[in-house]
Amino acid sequence: MKLRYFAWLRTRIGRGEEFLDPPAGIATVEALVAWLATRGPGYAAALAEPRLVRVAVNQDYVGPDHPVRPGDEVALFPPVTGG
Amino acid sequence: MIRVEEAAFDVGRELAAFGTCDGLGNDKIGAVASFVGYVRGAEPGAPPLVAMTLEHYPGMTERQLAAIEAEARGRWPLADVLMIHRYGRLVPGEPIVLVAVASAHRRAAFEACEFLMDWLKTKAPFWKLEETAAGAEWVEAKTSDDAAAERWR
Repeated sequence: MKLRYFAWLRTRIGRGEEFLDPPAGIATVEALVAWLATRGPGYAAALAEPRLVRVAVNQDYVGPDHPVRPGDEVALFPPVTGG
Repeated sequence: MIRVEEAAFDVGRELAAFGTCDGLGNDKIGAVASFVGYVRGAEPGAPPLVAMTLEHYPGMTERQLAAIEAEARGRWPLADVLMIHRYGRLVPGEPIVLVAVASAHRRAAFEACEFLMDWLKTKAPFWKLEETAAGAEWVEAKTSDDAAAERWR
């Protein structure tokens, strides 16, 4: 699974992207975010407030119940501020 | 047309080409409405803004802008749409975004232009990093932008 991080999530986690194989049983966005938060202090800091984290799976916005599968591109980022 | 690019754009040249020179050449266009967003200087009392760096999500950005354009075309009879959004490091006074809409009548052009900006601000994956003498900080999303996007539902 390809993980991508943007804006302050990227700076807190310390990288823009990585490939990870989440453990079996991580089947939803919510579970994935909770698992990522356990991977180290940077992840914990970035994901401390899940309500501030937006998630896209394969480049479309999704909610916490959306499934995640091997091969997906999952992006985590704060609410957008362009324009 | 959707363009996501680092280079500066010339507003006058873009609008002249959009209205007349790009082969549209049809007499159905009665109105072009446009919006230009610039890097604003600091708010009163805040430290001077040195620069604004725009980060985006290549690939998803273009997809989201295309979806927003399709939504606008479904709601209003539009002859053409132009959306240019820059990324990278910009200084105060530089243009960030240009949206232009061509239609037969002004009402559709005005409304569609405002709609495109309201949805772009809340759906297009761009983030602003403000740089001042005090350091760099990510701009927080505004609830007023969410409310503006929500009123088109």
